[in-house]
Amino acid sequence: MALLEIDNVRHSFGGLVAIDRVSFEVAPGQIKSVIGPNGAGKTTLFNIVCGLLRPESGSIRFGDRSITGFKPYQIARAGVSRTFQNPSLFLQMNVLENVMVGRHCRTRWEFLGCGVRWPGQPKEEAAIREAAQTQLEYVGLAHLAECPAGALAFGERRMVELARALATEPQLLLLDEPGSGLNTREKADLGRMIRRVRERGVTILLVEHDMTLVMDLSDAILVLHNGARIAEGTPSEIQNDDKVVRVYLGGEMNHVAAS
Amino acid sequence: MESGNLELQYFLSGITKGSIYAVVAIGFNLIYSATGVLNFAQGEFVMLGGMVAVTLARFVPLPVALAGAVAIVALVGCLLEILFFRRLQRHSILHLVIITIGLSIVLQEIALHLWDEKVRSLPYFTGNEISSLKFFGAAISPQVFWVLATVAVTVVLLHIFLKYTLPGRAMRAGSSNPSAAMLAGINIANMRTLAFGLSAAIGALAGCVISPITMTHYEMGAPLAIKGFAAAILGGLGNPMAAVLGGLMVGVLEAYSVSRLPAAYSDVTVFAVLLLVLFARPHGFWGRPGGESVREH
Amino acid sequence: MKPRLKPGLSFTLLAAALIVVPWILRWADMEYCLTQLTMSLYYAIVVLGLCLVMGYAGQVSLGHGAFFAIGGYTSAVLTTCDVSKWQTAAWLGWIKQSPFCMAREDLFGNPILTLSPWVAFFAAMALAFVVANLIGYPALRLRGHYLAMATLGFGMIVNKVILGTAFTGAADGINGVPEWNLGLGLTVSGKRALRIENYFIASGLLLLLLVLLHNLVRSRVGRALQAIHDRETAANAMGINTALYKLKAFVLSALMAAMAGVFLTHYTAGIGPSEAGALKSVRYVALAAAGGMSSLWGVTGMSTLLNYMSLRGLFGSYDNAVFGLLLIGIVSLAPEGPLKPLARLLRRFVGACRPPNAVGPDAARPDNGPARRASDQTQCLFP
Ligand SMILES: Nc1ncnc2c1ncn2[C@@H]1O[C@H](COP(=O)(O)OP(=O)(O)O)[C@@H](O)[C@H]1O
Ligand SMILES: [Mg+2]
Repeated sequence: MALLEIDNVRHSFGGLVAIDRVSFEVAPGQIKSVIGPNGAGKTTLFNIVCGLLRPESGSIRFGDRSITGFKPYQIARAGVSRTFQNPSLFLQMNVLENVMVGRHCRTRWEFLGCGVRWPGQPKEEAAIREAAQTQLEYVGLAHLAECPAGALAFGERRMVELARALATEPQLLLLDEPGSGLNTREKADLGRMIRRVRERGVTILLVEHDMTLVMDLSDAILVLHNGARIAEGTPSEIQNDDKVVRVYLGGEMNHVAAS
Repeated sequence: MESGNLELQYFLSGITKGSIYAVVAIGFNLIYSATGVLNFAQGEFVMLGGMVAVTLARFVPLPVALAGAVAIVALVGCLLEILFFRRLQRHSILHLVIITIGLSIVLQEIALHLWDEKVRSLPYFTGNEISSLKFFGAAISPQVFWVLATVAVTVVLLHIFLKYTLPGRAMRAGSSNPSAAMLAGINIANMRTLAFGLSAAIGALAGCVISPITMTHYEMGAPLAIKGFAAAILGGLGNPMAAVLGGLMVGVLEAYSVSRLPAAYSDVTVFAVLLLVLFARPHGFWGRPGGESVREH
Repeated sequence: MKPRLKPGLSFTLLAAALIVVPWILRWADMEYCLTQLTMSLYYAIVVLGLCLVMGYAGQVSLGHGAFFAIGGYTSAVLTTCDVSKWQTAAWLGWIKQSPFCMAREDLFGNPILTLSPWVAFFAAMALAFVVANLIGYPALRLRGHYLAMATLGFGMIVNKVILGTAFTGAADGINGVPEWNLGLGLTVSGKRALRIENYFIASGLLLLLLVLLHNLVRSRVGRALQAIHDRETAANAMGINTALYKLKAFVLSALMAAMAGVFLTHYTAGIGPSEAGALKSVRYVALAAAGGMSSLWGVTGMSTLLNYMSLRGLFGSYDNAVFGLLLIGIVSLAPEGPLKPLARLLRRFVGACRPPNAVGPDAARPDNGPARRASDQTQCLFP
């Protein structure tokens, strides 16, 4: 059974249809990529899946229940986490605190308990800190724990965002162009990191422009164009799909196929 | 008097007050468009305009006094921008707003010590307190027409300036897209100074024309600023013409509730309506939802 | 790691400082200052509450004077309204004999029966809770200047209703509010003999709330609020119920304002409509900004200091002017509050006395200080 099931989802901004009746599924344990030119609606699709935008029609199922119309925090609690196309760290906090925010949906003490430090709350706080530290070590940035988030380099911000997303213990992780702005070496690291995350049992939905990375990592690929689904299949099927090649990939595709 | 005329009288008094709120709201909007800041000292410009004009009118003919007051207050506006806002590039909007609150307090205190707490007023531009024009059976002071005409002319001129002249268009672009404005070769800092000067001048003009009707007093700024703020928000920020409509709505609403409710409750009606509008339309009537949406590129 | 005082230690130091103040004042023969000091401590509670909403959750409220007034007026009305003349229904008779009521004399020596201050206190808190939820729920969906206007409008409505209503005393306010016997031998009262005791009540309450907020902002809740302030969408996507958290923070700070209102009303034995005025609310916001908005200590200290100077009338007729100038000066020179620059200075001083061996992440990567932070705030506070 599919982990994520998108059925006939549509969303428009004013007159512009950003997602036009798109349907697809993501199987558990898969790395699935969504590709398409800029403005194809990939980010909008992510925003719909994680609840930041409400689809005008269509439904979304996650696991064995419908999450259509759920609020973002409910969807996060259900096990969907994401990173953003522009790294969206909380810049007033340090790196460790950023990752600790990720633990929010897995912890429970509220205003009163935190204010009076009710027995059990300090312990939970320590557990949050420890879990966040573990995630930071996992992405290899433990040494920057106390560093203000605003002082990080671009690539480091992406990694901290990944750690923050992982801290929510997601079943499904949405990565929005994690490779953009990274250099070749960082991209290779990123590829390895994504594989490792998948090996932990996390299903991954990936938006990425770097075709080498996409073809290398993906089990399946979905191609969007102007908000509509134009193809879906394995990397090799996509590489040989005439429509895709014509609409989007062009020369770049041949390059990948040749290499 | 028949009730129809009374209604008209309320309506006109609402429009008169409303046009002053509209002017304050326009001032808010000009500075907001150029800098993103709400200038709480806007009401103080109105007060200063009246005060300076009253003082000048003792020495020079009225028209000269009015022109002088507008020029002096405009200069004050420019100076404030140059002295404070130009230097504070790295402050958040909220901090800048707080600074305008501080400025409003200081300007008010300066007025108190330069003049005193006495209520003053300019003479009626034409006629006097008791002269009135009959207008469809309602008795209207000629000064009301001065106010309405002045505000109308100001609004039209401003509209032309913002829409059809280069500096005007640049001023509107200032805060919505500073980097684009910069690329287009616009000196943003000067645009901001211009915005401050312009809204100070408009405020001062309003302060002059209403002085004969509502009097001028060192404490008159804050209540005006609050109503003008309400008007700007009701219309929707970033749109000076919406501010005019917002101001007129606030004025008329106030006038009608004065006529029907105990005096203390007239403001209650205005703000209750404002809250209801905001809860239904979070950006006022004509404001654009901007800022933090989920848009990402 | 930055050298930082342990919180427990700094609270103990603060408590010690608060305790010695009366003795110093007595020694300097200035005990009369305690009255104004006590009042400014109560006002500091309002500003401290604002610090949570504005500095942490990033939501502006120009309506906190109204919550202060709701607290103060509820308790003033209930403790001065004579219930003995009411029709004696059976249940009323029971109430009159219950400990909920208190027999006493009014200002003119006539015997009256009123509700007890404790009942009034809980009623005031309940009312503030309900009103804060009713106004906060719709208003907190607004942003930036729109939210500021909505809260300001709410404050104006409360102010005008108080001014136009007979049983709140209209423009005169309410006088003759009784003392409040808290139990444990403590009484909130403006009597001269109880001056020191009341100073301790006020500072104890402030310290208690300070500790509470200190714990709160250093917990998962505090991080969540700050995340909302920084980037609401990201906070949402990370599983924070942003609407609920903003509302809770708003309600909590409204309750703090109302609580300060209740205490101060009993302390000064009355309350007037100006407490709900827009100028008061704006002043609270200004004080919070002058204290650094998200620095609990800075906000508490700055608000106590500035309010104290105003209440004592240290600058005579120039009081407002001085307040305005200080506000402009502090906010433009030290937007993050006076404490952080002071601490930095101190650290540099201490650092100069120590051999430079600190090779931590801090030393390796200094953030570029207030420049970056303040401009980041710009985008978030008023998008
Ligand atoms: N918040 C928004 N308001 C209006 N239009 C938007 C918004 N977000 C995205 N769009 C538009 O929707 C289309 C899809 O955008 P997006 O999903 O960001 O594309 P991609 O991520 O594939 O580059 C684009 O044309 C974009 O301009
Ligand atoms: Mg995108």
